[in-house]
Amino acid sequence: MTTIIEVSNLTKNFGKLAAVDNVSFSIEENTICGLLGRNGAGKTTLMQLLTGQQFATSGDINVFGQSPVENASVLQNISFIKESQRYPEDFRAKHVFKSAPWFFANWDADFAERLIADFRLPLDRKIKKLSRGQLSSIGVIVGLASRAPLTFFDEPYLGLDAVARQIFYDRLLEDYAEHPRTIVLSTHLIDEVANLLEHVIVIDDGQIIIDETADELRGSATAVVGPSGAVDAFIGNREVLHRDGIGGLASVTIAGLTSTERADAAASGLELSPVSLQQLIIRRTNLTELGGNEKEIEARA
Amino acid sequence: MDESRPIFTQIAEQIENDIITGVMAEESQVPSINEIAVFYRINPATALKGVNLLVDDGAIYKKRGIGMFVASGARERLVQQRREQFPVDFIRPLIAEAMKLGITADQLTAMLTKEGTP
Repeated sequence: MTTIIEVSNLTKNFGKLAAVDNVSFSIEENTICGLLGRNGAGKTTLMQLLTGQQFATSGDINVFGQSPVENASVLQNISFIKESQRYPEDFRAKHVFKSAPWFFANWDADFAERLIADFRLPLDRKIKKLSRGQLSSIGVIVGLASRAPLTFFDEPYLGLDAVARQIFYDRLLEDYAEHPRTIVLSTHLIDEVANLLEHVIVIDDGQIIIDETADELRGSATAVVGPSGAVDAFIGNREVLHRDGIGGLASVTIAGLTSTERADAAASGLELSPVSLQQLIIRRTNLTELGGNEKEIEARA
Repeated sequence: MDESRPIFTQIAEQIENDIITGVMAEESQVPSINEIAVFYRINPATALKGVNLLVDDGAIYKKRGIGMFVASGARERLVQQRREQFPVDFIRPLIAEAMKLGITADQLTAMLTKEGTP
């Protein structure tokens, strides 16, 4: 596999705030990567840095083996779909699709037309008269039909309804299967995209807290549910990711189990319940935040 | 898809089920990786990983440039594997639940008889 994005010790400060704080990671060619995290975690800043729209405070970025900053040979291979894309005054949707081929060498006009029909996008209406969802669908269509070797979708579907989002996922997957390329998808709707992702990067407070394949991540936790005593006996001194309890009942999220361990748990009358990617990310994010608080408390003491 | 287990193992199981029930006959062509990915709405790399479990296992074989096919004898071997796994996957949980409810071995046998033989 070829590495298409390679970032090392990257930092971006805005005044005193470290929006991206000394991160290192890489993304392989022709994978779908989820870039997840809370609001203000640093996702958009990171994508702006990767596409040469922000200058790094320090650290190295290599995209297609080169720095993306002011580098036409890198940038012409990138399609970056932003949450808040602005268009010229008086632009109509059709103007976007007419001008897109000027920027994207792989633009597929037929595919764009099929997507326009799928999303029922009115081409002749002025863009400022479009609804929020329709505006988002323009971005989604450009991102898909541009077929750029590296495509970033930054929260592409603000205002898109459930039907339109499903169309987006289905078309993305079909077209990716036919025309493999590297896709970085930033979203809050983790459950919806969980199965599409091959690689998951979670950023929190400017730092990367998870950088794993989706399969590893999925197998990395299980919730054990049962009488507190039995649960505690079973978990022993394993690391606890999360703990809930009601009355004498406990539900404890721990690292993934082997099939023998699962059978043991079942034999001791414990129930094992799945932890979705979304729950897992929430728990791991909370864990680092708690850890951070403890450090702060220690620093104050 | 069940969230608690890797998706690729579930894809492999699903294809195994199709072979066992005869939906996919021996020597018939298996859907392509892309078809599987789109159908189950999963990443193609995950679909490939699932199918490769069956290729490694010998249940499916690849013909270069043509596609993937169900191996002959695959059904019987899969049935055998599932039978060996049956006590762990089904009998033990059944007994655990029966013990929790205070159902005796005789009562359990009676229930199994009453529900009918397969």
